Amino acid sequence: MIESSPAVQAAVQGQLGESMKSGSGKAFDRKNRLLFYNSTFKVVCICSAIFVCLILFSILIFMFRTGVLTFKTVPLTTFLFSTDWSPETETYGAFVFIFGTFALTALTLLFSVPLSVFVAVFLAEMAPKWLRNLLRPILDLLVGIPSVVYGFLGLTLLLPKLRDWAQVDLSDGILAGAIVLSIMILPTISRISDDSISAVPQKYRDASYALGATRFHTIVRVVLPSARSGILYAVILGMARAIGETMAIVMVIGNTPQLANALFKPTSVLTSNIVMQIPNVPFDSTWNYALYMMGFLLLFISLLMIVVIRLLQRKGASR
Amino acid sequence: MKTAAKAAATNAFSARSGSNRLKDKIFSLVVWGVSLVIVAIILGLLALILERGATHLSWDFITGLPSEIEEGGGIGPSLFNSFYMMILSLIVSIPFGMAAGIYLAEFAPDNKFIAFVRICVEGLASVPSLIFGLFGIALFVEMMGLGLTIIGGAVSLAFLNLPVLTRVTEEAIRAVSQEIKQASFSLGATHLQTIRKALIPSAISGIVTGISLVAGRAFGESAVIILTAGVTTSGVMWDFNLLSPGETLAVHLWYVQSEAIVPDAQLISQKAAAVLLIVVLAINFLFRIPLWVRERKLR
Amino acid sequence: MQALIEIDRLNLFYGTFHALKNISMKIPEKAITAFIGPSGCGKSTLLRTLNRMNDMIPGTQIDGTVSIAGADIYGKDIDVETLRKKVGMVFQQPNPFPKSIYDNVAYGPRLHGITSRQKLDEIVENSLRGAALWNEVKDHLKRSAFSLSGGQQQRLCIARALAVEPDILLMDEATSALDPISTLKIEELAQELKERYTIVMVTHNMHQAARVSNQTVFFLNGEVVEYSETEKLFSNPEDQRTEDYISGRFG
Repeated sequence: MIESSPAVQAAVQGQLGESMKSGSGKAFDRKNRLLFYNSTFKVVCICSAIFVCLILFSILIFMFRTGVLTFKTVPLTTFLFSTDWSPETETYGAFVFIFGTFALTALTLLFSVPLSVFVAVFLAEMAPKWLRNLLRPILDLLVGIPSVVYGFLGLTLLLPKLRDWAQVDLSDGILAGAIVLSIMILPTISRISDDSISAVPQKYRDASYALGATRFHTIVRVVLPSARSGILYAVILGMARAIGETMAIVMVIGNTPQLANALFKPTSVLTSNIVMQIPNVPFDSTWNYALYMMGFLLLFISLLMIVVIRLLQRKGASR
Repeated sequence: MKTAAKAAATNAFSARSGSNRLKDKIFSLVVWGVSLVIVAIILGLLALILERGATHLSWDFITGLPSEIEEGGGIGPSLFNSFYMMILSLIVSIPFGMAAGIYLAEFAPDNKFIAFVRICVEGLASVPSLIFGLFGIALFVEMMGLGLTIIGGAVSLAFLNLPVLTRVTEEAIRAVSQEIKQASFSLGATHLQTIRKALIPSAISGIVTGISLVAGRAFGESAVIILTAGVTTSGVMWDFNLLSPGETLAVHLWYVQSEAIVPDAQLISQKAAAVLLIVVLAINFLFRIPLWVRERKLR
Repeated sequence: MQALIEIDRLNLFYGTFHALKNISMKIPEKAITAFIGPSGCGKSTLLRTLNRMNDMIPGTQIDGTVSIAGADIYGKDIDVETLRKKVGMVFQQPNPFPKSIYDNVAYGPRLHGITSRQKLDEIVENSLRGAALWNEVKDHLKRSAFSLSGGQQQRLCIARALAVEPDILLMDEATSALDPISTLKIEELAQELKERYTIVMVTHNMHQAARVSNQTVFFLNGEVVEYSETEKLFSNPEDQRTEDYISGRFG
């Protein structure tokens, strides 16, 4: 009467014990079926989770395996430290792009972090309730605006404005890039910081006010230090976005492989150089391998930041 | 006598910390000023896009075919591709992403392996989109030899969105109170029934918000598409062929502005930017309207 | 004993809720005055009007006068920060900052402009001695305040309040989150502190009021029912409701 696979039967016995066998046959069939669904569903879920991991590893392996072929013809030191990127003479020095990425990110953070913290403090501590309830969803919506739109704005509005303002012929470069990126990541950093400032217990504020502190003192000496790890998390997240951003940068950076030693000087970063060149190179060429190696570098930097975030969270949890 | 005592006493609490006061005032002023100016600038820029582009929009432009050389080209095929690839990528990523999220929230034992899976999900979520494009080239263009196709772009997009969906689902389900779960179990429900009938309905608001997030991202993503689906369309409307080249609206916006030679590139890109912005905002709103309705009903 | 705090026909509203109704009383200097009553009776609200912590709750409206040492603290030329410096407060939950023990105590003095290391050291030591905590923590002042036990944390909060040299110390159910032994220590400390400070405490524990205070005020539904010497209030209450409350018939 009971016809089910041994595995399911074992599961029934394991999970429900003998008492179930005394139940009526019909209910028991139903129970078996449910348990079968139950375990199938669980297997599907496990496979999906493993699938996600698999993607990450395939990406890592693909990027590395392709990228490392660069070093068959290009010495590692040349790739990392040479500023000469001329595919026509088979010279692949990526220093210009590596430096560009770091300089652009640093400049972006310089602009966006202080401003974002101001906005976060405003949202969490100062804005009246109606304004807060209005601004929070707006900032959340801004996070979702496509980066190409910001790039378009940079190209059509910012570059001409900068040209007029700085009296230069070409305003493409890391300054324009950093301004565009700052506008892009500001909503992200300020909303996450806002959440972590709002999560600071009210009792710390009470204690500070009761000692005769002004709001300025309370925020600067108590609230912001307590929200420190959350704000740092927000900054790293914004930083990761700035490092990996492509299209917004492509449109304002100038795409020229020369060192960004001035604010207004067309240059290129890792992402923009990859996306501009890769559609035009054959897959099995050193040029392509070098571009993949640059991609691997990007991958490495962004994974490194996850590790830093993890360490921060652990430190925050143990405190 | 009495007034003198009172005057002296009043001094006890009068402002002696004048500089603190001043700092507080300046600080408040700066925070208010900076915040309002920033929000105004960003909103102003977006309003500018809408104003410049939306006023010239016409049905011919939205559904028309693009033109390589003459003016008057439309964005029909690109817009279609944007929706088509967004939907395809969601079809691929939602089942996997939600299943993985449910696993992490509900089944996962608390061991090293699961901690590792979590790090992988988090790591994958932080991988720049460009890298998914490079991966897509290696997988679909080189290994499978498909060339630049809609399916390659859609699956690459799905990979990009998978970790986000996983995390959003996990967090939303975790946030459901233990009481609801235990109540369901105590009524004799199996784990699957509990998840389907109790946990997912309670977590649906968070999950839907997450889906609207990735849908908007899929619609507006450009780097991945350029690398895996190309910068051209098949040139006809309603082309459902998965192996056609799949330039989307976001890519078209960049392409027209930077590479194309049509004389009215400026106008086309303004209008394309407005359409892109409107659709992305609409996606964010549309996905949330059923939630608002539902919340109102529950209230 | 001279009255330090004078409250005259005070009414307080949270929006439309009438939280304090026509309160008038005089609180004497260098003594302990206890506010008792069932929860929601307005005793904590009244305490928080004394250092204007209610200001931060939106929709609070006040009518009537509260004067401390003859100055109307809701008057025009009052600096709230200076008032709060003079009227210290200890809260229900111990709430040290997530900083070191030293930095917790030094927070107030630094706020009010003291930067000299030597002076700060001195203030920290004196305040911790004043709160009977010095001997327990003197060897690890740099440790996080969260490493202390609940009772120690509460005494740290008292030390932190003492460090800005207040005249008045408000204690808002300061022992309700503590174990009996820590509670006893704080009560003993309060007895010592009343030699130098005027203490107003809110307590939900009638026995504590009876043990510690000189004056007791009984509140009910935002009104003062009875205010007298502690001994008299507990042994021979005038109002029937007071008797019902202290004999445990409600609340």
